Amino acid sequence: MTWLRGHFVDVLGLAGQHIYLAGVPLVLGLLIALPLGWLACRYKVLYPFLIIGTGLLYTIPSLALFIMLPLLLGTHVLDPTNVLIAMTIYTVALLVRTVADGLGAVPDEVNQSATAMGYKRGRRFVSVELPLAVPVISAGLRVAAVSNVSIVSVASLIGVPQLGSLFTDGFNRAFLDPIIVGVVACVLLALLFDVTILGVTRLATPWQRAGEASS
Amino acid sequence: MINRILAWLTDGAHWQGDDGILRRVVEHMEYSVAALVIAALIAIPLGLYIGHTGRGRFLVVNAVGAARAIPSLGLLFLAFLWLGPRLSGDIAFLAPAGLVLIVLAIPPILSGAYAGVEGVEPAARDAAAGMGMRGTEVLRHVELPCALPLILSGIRSAMLQVIATATIAAVVGLGGLGRFLIDGLAVRDTPQTASGAILVAVLALVVDMVLALVQRSVVSPGLTGRYGKVSL
Repeated sequence: MTWLRGHFVDVLGLAGQHIYLAGVPLVLGLLIALPLGWLACRYKVLYPFLIIGTGLLYTIPSLALFIMLPLLLGTHVLDPTNVLIAMTIYTVALLVRTVADGLGAVPDEVNQSATAMGYKRGRRFVSVELPLAVPVISAGLRVAAVSNVSIVSVASLIGVPQLGSLFTDGFNRAFLDPIIVGVVACVLLALLFDVTILGVTRLATPWQRAGEASS
Repeated sequence: MINRILAWLTDGAHWQGDDGILRRVVEHMEYSVAALVIAALIAIPLGLYIGHTGRGRFLVVNAVGAARAIPSLGLLFLAFLWLGPRLSGDIAFLAPAGLVLIVLAIPPILSGAYAGVEGVEPAARDAAAGMGMRGTEVLRHVELPCALPLILSGIRSAMLQVIATATIAAVVGLGGLGRFLIDGLAVRDTPQTASGAILVAVLALVVDMVLALVQRSVVSPGLTGRYGKVSL
């Protein structure tokens, strides 16, 4: 605890960096997974290719991906962009399937009703299909968020600072305090992401609570 | 750079000996399979029990979610610094790393086994009871085969997790392919680091594909529909 008091500002800075490295890919990954998931859902032929293809990306161990990306992209090894891109890849890999299955679970009658009411395909997607798929997509996003927070800490091995730097720092000095603080901070951060996604989902799906008051 | 990596990978000297690629692949698989088997021996019976009886459901759902949030690198260092000094010889780094690998492999298998049994259609369970099967027989002959696809999915994700973490565990002195990455990073030997990364990625892909084939072949054809629809 005394260690934490002396280094509180440093830990906060690392936590901010951690939020950036885990959070930005979450948004980017969702933006990329939405059209891919839509394609997989709309064109059944593409479904296995997209699901297996993104699944293969997910099998690459994080440390290996962190090391390979700078070679493929020509970026510097210490560039945080590598971590952002790696995390975006993992997020897309997890979300394409969720988006496709979430959109696929929208009942046909609902889509037909929307069409009958004059919704064109684009507007129907944005105002009917996507909102109805939000609960499923949100469940996938929560898994991605929590695993992103955990995986980002591995980036300290290639020298990109975030909460994982506390692990390597503590390990190099055989000193437990920073490691324990780092683990607790990571878990709290994962919880923060989880609660945020739950909150946004609640706001985006008011109809799920519409029945509660009356029943 | 690509040429230097290719040169490193195709150099026969890097493949042989006690710190050669072949030996490292074998080590990596030994750690991973051992951890997976121990984790499965704990998680499958527990998951089947919880799914079958419905007791402790709350525990599984929360434990699995919480375990995902714990950073494996931090856990690895904690285990090493805590247990390491209390042990001696090879065990001093094998035991902490092995323990972490097992702990990380349990949640996915547990949730697969639990969800698999939980998801068995009540009608199938009732039919089995109607045929005179007892609780354990229902579990063995109906629930287990029906749960197999999800149990194996759990094992596949556990295996990926274990292979990735075993790579990182080279930091605390474990052998395996992670050595090339960690040692290469330490001396800034990029061809070696990159080759290690490629080898680990390939190993993970191959193992996952093998497990996918196993999954296809052991799941009852009655579940996958590969015998076509049964007509009555």
